[in-house]
Amino acid sequence: MKYLAIGFLLLAAALSARADLKVFATVPEWGALAKEIGGDKVKLYTATNAFQDPHRIEAKPSLLAQARQASLVIAAGADLEIGWLPLVLRDSGNSAIQPGRPGYFEAAAFVTRLEIPAVVDRAHGDVHAAGNPHTHLDPRNVLKVGEKLAARMAELDAANAAAYQAGLAAFSGKWQAAMARWEKEAAPLKGVAVLVHHQSFIYLTNWLGMKEVGTLEPKPGIEPTSGHLGALLQRQQATPARMVLRTAYQQDAPSQWIAGKTGIPAVLLPYTVGGTPEARDLFGLFDDTLQRLLKGLR
Amino acid sequence: MQKTFAVAAMLAAAGAAQAADNADLAAIRAQIDEMKKSYEQRIATLEKKLAQAESKASVQPVAAPAASQVGQPASGFNPEVSLILQGQYKNMKDVAERGITGFYPAGGHDHGEGAIPGISKRGFSVEHTELVLAANIDPYWRGQAIVAMVDGKAEVEEAWFQSLGLGHGVGLKGGRFRSGIGYLNEQHPHMWDFADAPLMYRAMFGAEASYVQDGVQFKWLAPTATFFEIGAEAGRGANFPGTDRNKNGSGSVAAFAHVGGDVGVSNNWRAGVSYLTTQAKAREGHFEDVGGVEALGKFSGDSRTWLVDFVWKWAPNGNPKYRNFKFQAEYLNRHEKGDFSCEDADSANPGACTGGLNSLYRTRQSGWYAQSVYQFTPNWRAGLRYEQLDSGHRDFGANAVNLALSDYRPKKATAMIDYSWSEFSRVRLQFAQDKSMLGITDNQLTVQYIMSLGAHGAHKF
Repeated sequence: MKYLAIGFLLLAAALSARADLKVFATVPEWGALAKEIGGDKVKLYTATNAFQDPHRIEAKPSLLAQARQASLVIAAGADLEIGWLPLVLRDSGNSAIQPGRPGYFEAAAFVTRLEIPAVVDRAHGDVHAAGNPHTHLDPRNVLKVGEKLAARMAELDAANAAAYQAGLAAFSGKWQAAMARWEKEAAPLKGVAVLVHHQSFIYLTNWLGMKEVGTLEPKPGIEPTSGHLGALLQRQQATPARMVLRTAYQQDAPSQWIAGKTGIPAVLLPYTVGGTPEARDLFGLFDDTLQRLLKGLR
Repeated sequence: MQKTFAVAAMLAAAGAAQAADNADLAAIRAQIDEMKKSYEQRIATLEKKLAQAESKASVQPVAAPAASQVGQPASGFNPEVSLILQGQYKNMKDVAERGITGFYPAGGHDHGEGAIPGISKRGFSVEHTELVLAANIDPYWRGQAIVAMVDGKAEVEEAWFQSLGLGHGVGLKGGRFRSGIGYLNEQHPHMWDFADAPLMYRAMFGAEASYVQDGVQFKWLAPTATFFEIGAEAGRGANFPGTDRNKNGSGSVAAFAHVGGDVGVSNNWRAGVSYLTTQAKAREGHFEDVGGVEALGKFSGDSRTWLVDFVWKWAPNGNPKYRNFKFQAEYLNRHEKGDFSCEDADSANPGACTGGLNSLYRTRQSGWYAQSVYQFTPNWRAGLRYEQLDSGHRDFGANAVNLALSDYRPKKATAMIDYSWSEFSRVRLQFAQDKSMLGITDNQLTVQYIMSLGAHGAHKF
């Protein structure tokens, strides 16, 4: 009996000694950022991959099981995950990750959001009342979120606070250097007009000074129709676009159709970490995105 | 000398004049430059405005302050509201009293004297209009109410609170809620993949095709990588197959266990087993006796139901937007034991039950359905369902001679195709061959619409 009690105590001690911060990231980009900051102090689970539309995920049993054990949920926020995350959080039986608690972190809350609709009406499609949620494609946002995220990780896992701050310092040094390089490389992209499949790239085009002259979706979340694509083709005379952009999780047929009719290149961008073989991490994501854009320009 | 001076003076004057001209010119040039600049600026801003207007007709790029919640009015606390509009057009046979042969008729919805019950409505009809209100109550609780409205009547379908802050995988729910047994039971009609519920749900729980508890539910999710959840419920037990009884304590108890997970990135599954036990007191039902005369039966006793459910979902790369496939199947087994009394339904038309007869009642019945739905484009889905019930072993004791028994196996086959403009609107065409009633083959055609307005919440797996 005594040995049993000691055994339990040892087991409990062994379990609590594993001070891993269990992170549940809804999307790959923010999971990758947590890994940059936390390194091996972080046990990361990423709920989606680059080939999945983050708007359209189901509250799968595996997600519930992972959320149950998480100590920090990192969401993109701005209603991107509204179709599944609230349900996963509520049914997880995990009080630490409920919205309003330190274990719930929304990236979009810490950046300046674009495209906040003046009118919230579904007649305009699947609009996000809080603005465009695809905030990570402006590297300045990544840095802002990184600062807040490191502070939150340090708050939740005080034993490793120094490691998180050091991780952030190392990351932001490298990131700022990379940003200077990207901005120099991307100079030819300034003012370039593009078509996009969905409004997934507004932060990227805003950062690089590119111009979005149309979306293939007639309304956000509504798949491209032949009528709408035809209208875009008409517009190409007056406001010519130089390329048409899409993510790895979107169908290629509509942008290929536009490319075929107009002769402008259809460019697949990784959109998030894992979207292309080159986009292995956040640095690779931006390196590859710029390479593909510059190649599209030639 | 004088002449030279004069020339010099003239030259000087001319030089001065020239100097004056130069100054003017410079000023004019500066003015022109300024105008040019200001016009360029104005053109640039106009161009910018035009580009903005072109790229997003109604969505304006307004930069939001980091904390946009600041300064929201108190109406920001209003619950999320959504409304489900649902209706149909149906072509089917005119059957006086729709039921399922060999199964105890369940009390359905009564929409007023003389009204045609929903399940028998032919032609155009509007189904329940569901009003959903949900919000976090405080950091510890969340609440939701669903009010269903139809034909001058509003009915509280669900009204419950749910815990947010208990932790340790524990979830607590209280109020009126759809029981966690089975797979389809928790789903409201607008989430169904077919226009109607499977026969086994109707046979088991009546026209509403769902077992609703007034009580409490306790759930626990295990801290494992594989999804494992157990739950238990205690409730009033007033709904079919039980009846409302005037008593203390709980009138029905349910328990369930779910297990699930992923197979690769493309497949997800969940399997479950559930048990429901409740009691009935003088549960009324109309039967046909040996002579074909209608008799009124009353059952008092225990009703125990086992359910097994399984769901498998597939989507390429786990991205269900463009293509996905869903297979689901459920099996139920119900065992009822108690006393049965039978009397004439209409004293003017006496039958074998005249004078009343009391006897034992013992049944063991089962049923299953299996269905598949394939979404082959973002807008189109098609599905097939097959189902069968077994009225099984039935022992009416002394009443056996009085009541018509048959070994009939009710069957139904259904095919549907639906189109969704967006996640919020859907129209469906369904064909069904319904052989749930002995001697009747009912070919049914249904055209149904489902529209959801407002803040529509997430759906369960």
